[in-house]
Amino acid sequence: MHELQQPQVAPVAPPVPRGRAIVVTSGKGGVGKTTTTANVGAALARTGARVVLVDADVGLRNLDIVMGLEARVRSHILDVLEERATIEDALVADKRVPTLRLLAAAQTREKDDVDTEGMRKLIESLRERFDYVLIDCPAGIEKGFQNAIVGADEAIIVCTPEVSAVRDADRVVGLLGNRTSVKLIVNRLRPALVRKGKMLSVEDVNAILRLPLLGVITDEPGVIISTNNGEPIALDDTSPTGAAYRAIAGRIAGTDASAPEIPQEPSLLKKFGSLFGGRNA
Amino acid sequence: MIDFLKKFFKSEPSGVTARERLRLVLLSDHLSLAPDVVESLRADLIAVISKYVEVDEAHCDVTFEQQDSAVAMLANIPILSMRSRPMPPPPPAPSSPPTPDAPHMGGAATASASVAAELPAIAPKRRRRKRRASQNPAPAAG
Repeated sequence: MHELQQPQVAPVAPPVPRGRAIVVTSGKGGVGKTTTTANVGAALARTGARVVLVDADVGLRNLDIVMGLEARVRSHILDVLEERATIEDALVADKRVPTLRLLAAAQTREKDDVDTEGMRKLIESLRERFDYVLIDCPAGIEKGFQNAIVGADEAIIVCTPEVSAVRDADRVVGLLGNRTSVKLIVNRLRPALVRKGKMLSVEDVNAILRLPLLGVITDEPGVIISTNNGEPIALDDTSPTGAAYRAIAGRIAGTDASAPEIPQEPSLLKKFGSLFGGRNA
Repeated sequence: MIDFLKKFFKSEPSGVTARERLRLVLLSDHLSLAPDVVESLRADLIAVISKYVEVDEAHCDVTFEQQDSAVAMLANIPILSMRSRPMPPPPPAPSSPPTPDAPHMGGAATASASVAAELPAIAPKRRRRKRRASQNPAPAAG
């Protein structure tokens, strides 16, 4: 039952310390919830915190792929909920970060198969084992969304600078109700387009959503490459985007009090330099 | 071709368009009012105000604005002049002839009054405004 946390867990004391359950959600699909979950989770775990990533997107399991852990998944969240496997059996240890675990979704089942109350209890028991429970929410606002948010008292909204994404994010913020904290990550910003007035700016997005900003992630090839390889870019010390994810993790943990940097278009010279200095082919 | 050039040179950046579309779409999301409902709200608003004052209908502007966490309706309705005699009697409607047979006529009378206020208000008013404008060039409101 307790093998997994043996190295980290303090001797059991009566008041069980509860970790934080944070749902990563957006309303709209394809804005980068899964990538965000993987990278924020990896960045948090890298600091030594015990982190479990929960893929709540039952039927469209992706978080294991983004994490590069697909070959290690033996059982999934519905196996746990339907008591075919224990939580410990289903938790997949990350290849790179010792304190990081993944609880995969079921690929061949449907969101309606998940019992909302069971999900709440599952998140609750994960909170007793981990410092952070990050829940990757499916797109939409139907039952899959309800199941993903039921155990979380914090939320991270992932929003791209698009009219549709902001609209859906706005709706989701309304549906989240009185969570203790709802914060924003603006994803896939293209500073060059913003400068030309061809893309909504971070300020435009947050003039609508009015949420505390955790950070801004630019739309850059490195994210795609790292996802191709199943390696969270947050673990890449040389990547500015990785640094942005690590800063977000620091803000979540409360260790980084700095205001999020809003990326500006890099100078021509820098662009030119990166042509030659580019890593990660 | 000309259209294309016009678009190319004159149009605002698409980010501005996006911002404006976003603003409008969220407004109706928050109000749960479709754009045509907003338009008919505007028409009704003008019709009601026109009972008391003559308004510059062409320059009436009804917008919704987000103020902090709330949405406010802002109506900017320029007044051309006060109506000397209110058309359908507002408060001062003391002893008019039709009161005696009120019990039966009441429903019909109010209905026809409201229709009169709603529908023809737009057409005759325009004419009246033109006439007045030609008589006294710039009547300061009130």
